[in-house]
Amino acid sequence: MKVSYKWLKQYLDLNMPAKDLAEKIERTAVEVDSVEVAEDGLKKLVVGHILSMTKHPESDHLHVCQVDVGEDEPLQIVCGAPNVDVDQKVIVALPNSRIGGNVKIKRSKMRGIESSGMICALDEIGFSKDVVPKEWADGIYVFDDDVPVGEPIYKYLGMDDPIIDLDVTPNRGDMLSILGTVHDLAAIYDQKPEIKKPVVNEDESLDANQIIQASADDKLAKTYKLRVVEGVKIAPSPSWLQIVLWNAGIRPINNVVDVTNYILLKYGQPLHSFDKDKIDGEITVRMAAKGEKLTTLDEEERELSTDDMVIADKNKPIALAGVMGGFNTQIDDQTTNVVIESAIFDSFKIRKTAQRHNLHSEASQRFERGINPDGVQDAVDEAVSMIKELAGGQIAKGTVTASEYHPELPTIFITAERTNHVLGTSLSTDEIKNIFDRLGFSSETHEDGLNVTIPARRWDIFRDADLYEEVARIYGYDNLPATLPTGRQSIGVLTPTQKLQRASRIALEGLGLTQAISYSLTTPEKAKMFLMQDSFETNLLWPMTQDHSVLRMNMLSGLLDDVAYNHAHKVDDVALYETGRVFYKDSAEQIRPKEVEHIAGVITGNLTDPLWNNHVKPVDFFQLKGIVNQFLINLGVKGDIEYSATDQYPEMHPGRTANISIHGHNVGFLGQIHPRIAKKFKIKETYGFELNMQELIDLPKNDDQYQAISKYPSIKRDISIVVGQDVSNSQILEVMTKRGGAFLKRVRLFDVYQGENVPEGKKSMAYSLTYVDPRETLKDEVVNTAFEKIKKRLTADLNAEIR
Amino acid sequence: MSLRDQLTEIKEKGLADIEQTSDLKTLNDIRVHLLGKKGPITAALRGIKELTPEERPEVGSYANKIRDAITEAVADHREKLENQALNAQLTSEKIDVTMPGKPVTQGQPHVIQQIIDQIVDLFLGMGYEVLSGPEVEEDKYNFEMMNLPKNHPARDMQDTFYISKEILMRTQTSPMQARALEKHDFSKGPLKMISPGIVYRRDTDDPTHSHQFHQVEGLFIDEHVTMADLKGTLITMAQNIFGDKFDIRLRPSYFPFTEPSVEVDVTCFNCMGKGCDVCKHTGWIEVLGAGMVHPNVLDMAGVDSKKYGGFAFGVGPDRFAMLKYGVDDIRDFYLDDVRFLNQFSKRGN
Repeated sequence: MKVSYKWLKQYLDLNMPAKDLAEKIERTAVEVDSVEVAEDGLKKLVVGHILSMTKHPESDHLHVCQVDVGEDEPLQIVCGAPNVDVDQKVIVALPNSRIGGNVKIKRSKMRGIESSGMICALDEIGFSKDVVPKEWADGIYVFDDDVPVGEPIYKYLGMDDPIIDLDVTPNRGDMLSILGTVHDLAAIYDQKPEIKKPVVNEDESLDANQIIQASADDKLAKTYKLRVVEGVKIAPSPSWLQIVLWNAGIRPINNVVDVTNYILLKYGQPLHSFDKDKIDGEITVRMAAKGEKLTTLDEEERELSTDDMVIADKNKPIALAGVMGGFNTQIDDQTTNVVIESAIFDSFKIRKTAQRHNLHSEASQRFERGINPDGVQDAVDEAVSMIKELAGGQIAKGTVTASEYHPELPTIFITAERTNHVLGTSLSTDEIKNIFDRLGFSSETHEDGLNVTIPARRWDIFRDADLYEEVARIYGYDNLPATLPTGRQSIGVLTPTQKLQRASRIALEGLGLTQAISYSLTTPEKAKMFLMQDSFETNLLWPMTQDHSVLRMNMLSGLLDDVAYNHAHKVDDVALYETGRVFYKDSAEQIRPKEVEHIAGVITGNLTDPLWNNHVKPVDFFQLKGIVNQFLINLGVKGDIEYSATDQYPEMHPGRTANISIHGHNVGFLGQIHPRIAKKFKIKETYGFELNMQELIDLPKNDDQYQAISKYPSIKRDISIVVGQDVSNSQILEVMTKRGGAFLKRVRLFDVYQGENVPEGKKSMAYSLTYVDPRETLKDEVVNTAFEKIKKRLTADLNAEIR
Repeated sequence: MSLRDQLTEIKEKGLADIEQTSDLKTLNDIRVHLLGKKGPITAALRGIKELTPEERPEVGSYANKIRDAITEAVADHREKLENQALNAQLTSEKIDVTMPGKPVTQGQPHVIQQIIDQIVDLFLGMGYEVLSGPEVEEDKYNFEMMNLPKNHPARDMQDTFYISKEILMRTQTSPMQARALEKHDFSKGPLKMISPGIVYRRDTDDPTHSHQFHQVEGLFIDEHVTMADLKGTLITMAQNIFGDKFDIRLRPSYFPFTEPSVEVDVTCFNCMGKGCDVCKHTGWIEVLGAGMVHPNVLDMAGVDSKKYGGFAFGVGPDRFAMLKYGVDDIRDFYLDDVRFLNQFSKRGN
């Protein structure tokens, strides 16, 4: 709501700069979007009087004007506006002036004729085209005759008035009006503004109820009133009214429509004016019938839904109730008899209709937030009085009332003790009563507190908590003390799950992966990649884009998007992890998915920069496996971590992917992203893992326990064997650990070789075995026996050749 | 020449030889030669028989002194030679210490995670517990129990991704208020919780909007918790995250689930309150919403609003990070450009 500072000053004694007022409003009532003075940035714009005019010899549309600007000599200005004429008072931009858009005007020649300045249209001096009256839309603006020549133009166009743009929260619909704002400022500055009731001079010979009839379902319109003015003469409004409207962002139309908009601004009560002679029969408020159509004032034909509320005569809809009038009954230049509607429409229906037709008007905005039920009659009374004053005619006697609503005013009991208990203040009952006096709420002392009666204009207040807010904001949030809560103690600790989640992030970061956060909503295709369990998709009903339309069922695809983004920006080396939720559904019918914590990571390129002393190799499967394995060790899940080859993931390399299980529980997988998928994502060779974090959280954990370190020396034996290519490391290890004897402590694979000296289809693998006896010094013979046994078993079980 | 003079001569020659020696092996040879059984001292002492019994001890003692002097001279000279050798080695080992160190891998927490952890740690210290809730939420918790019935206009403030009529992507972390209130046993103590998490809005992504972002909800309910306590708590948070110089101010606002409701501004980062373009010349920047929990919210969750009350607040870590680090496009948080993520590597802040 754009509020005119000058208008406020008609009611209140305000002397502070507009910026200070705005700051006060912001701290006490509602947010302020901006404070603007239209003349700021403009320079040397004065009222000029066109003394004479000749056609430009070299042009068929330019005129050469001699313009009196209050100086000794008139200025010669070339003007191309179609409506320029002798004897007009116009806006003159003098040489070296500044007009809208920060444009500087200089003396110049136009087709050979000197032009000392410019005669301006409104939009050239900064007016939005949306508010320029149609009359001046295609030409220069012409002042009323009484405007003095040579004076700066600003005050004659309302451009000197600071406009405070309020961003009104949904609960403060009362602030969408000048009077509502005045009431609030009166409380803030402790003033008592005088607000006069309108007086209507009715013509006793005309009876509104004879002229027009109306009916309304009070579920649709709690209040529905009409008044009639006959014999008006439609004309442009006087400039003061036009100024009020354009400063509020509303385009002046004519003296009837402008009055209804003026009343909307003043009271917050939307009015609508119909041309009475275009209405057939009784007016009703009803829901639109199926298939009905209405062309609204913006000349758009709209298909109505049965959820749209309309105003209709006996044949047709004549307005989209509370949102926009119908073109078929609009006020035009020939209109003589008008019907003015003042009503309260159901806010929910208005909101839905405004949304459905994407038609958010000044009127709908106010109906949505609520209307002061006590202002409906005043608003229409003042409107018809103003119309009579500005457009002539006679006001028909009486108001046609189809429905009417006057709520009982709520009385709320509050105590100082409770107020202070909530706010942390130490206000007395008198101090609180004084705040309500300032707000214009009547209050009476009752027992140890106050009975506060809320005026109808503050329909947002209906319980004690609402009143604490009123007290707090008028008392001032700045005056509120700042304390920390006292009272019962509590301890703040992370749960074991939260500790594990935090530890897992730190572990992966220590292993070189940086935390990523990608989008949970993705494409249908990506959502179902890397599926660790069967699951149905969870789709949004109305996604914004296909790119974010389905809930992810894996984390990896988001990380691959990240890799792709990095690659596209010439970053080849990426090492990321992400922890978050995936969303599984067991059946298509299931609506709400199960949310499961996952953790995933990707590496591609080099993990460290190649440097003079750092000869790096691009990452590979085993680099990632080292990271994942160390990570799993860090988590301390009880049981052995096992890796088994898998080709179950269509998005993973079938020969370079392993399932990971701990103590027999499958917890996830790692491997190379399938080259086909990598190509699709436009990424280079990339390795990734995904783990069910929830499973890792739930699995039992090792308790760290001290074991004495053996005082006795260990003995090492190396063994090199040649086995078939498809014999796996884990098979060899199994034999060694099973048959290695009681003292075999550790087995380390230190070399793998294929090529010269190793037969085709075979590979050479070298292991280092460490033996320790915790109780005594190991004897060579003991180790030799154990070592021989391993050799024998390897040969027998795996057909290994010992070298 | 007397025996004593012979010995003196041996000593002087020996010391001179030692002094001239430039390598450890020769030095050792000299020591072995001079002090050994076949050495000149031993040889000279054979002549001791010729002396009178009175003279013998004096010469014997003199010979021992000479041995000691030679031993000491050898040791001194050895140390000298060893030092020379070490110094030569050190000189030859000199490196260019300005060359880069061998890289090790080290990942970073996401900048938003850092902000969340900061908030979490602060509130843990103040005795709050940390709760997390579902991202796919029921309309009931996300809206209705937050005092936003079906037709409430404030629902329009939060465009929502629906999955069905009743199931949606949570638009705020506030449903955790209702969930926590429903579960909490007030006989065991106050309800003090924070709940960080991802929320979703049906927005078009642009520099200031993201369909996915983060919130941290805070809630403190007990028998006597005041708005002044809210103000104190928020000042503590602002100063903890942004720095001691920061102040806050409260402005009236509207949230259906709090009454009174406030927007909270913090001292402008850019101008520290002087007024600049960033803060539209107000000196303040809006950072979060808060208020005293609406009695309806308590009652709907089965908590007696006459007995219990308190405050709630909702913080946007994305917005905090944007302000704190001057990030001007929220989408940067979700693109995971490594060059972006690695800028926030300061630990312990």
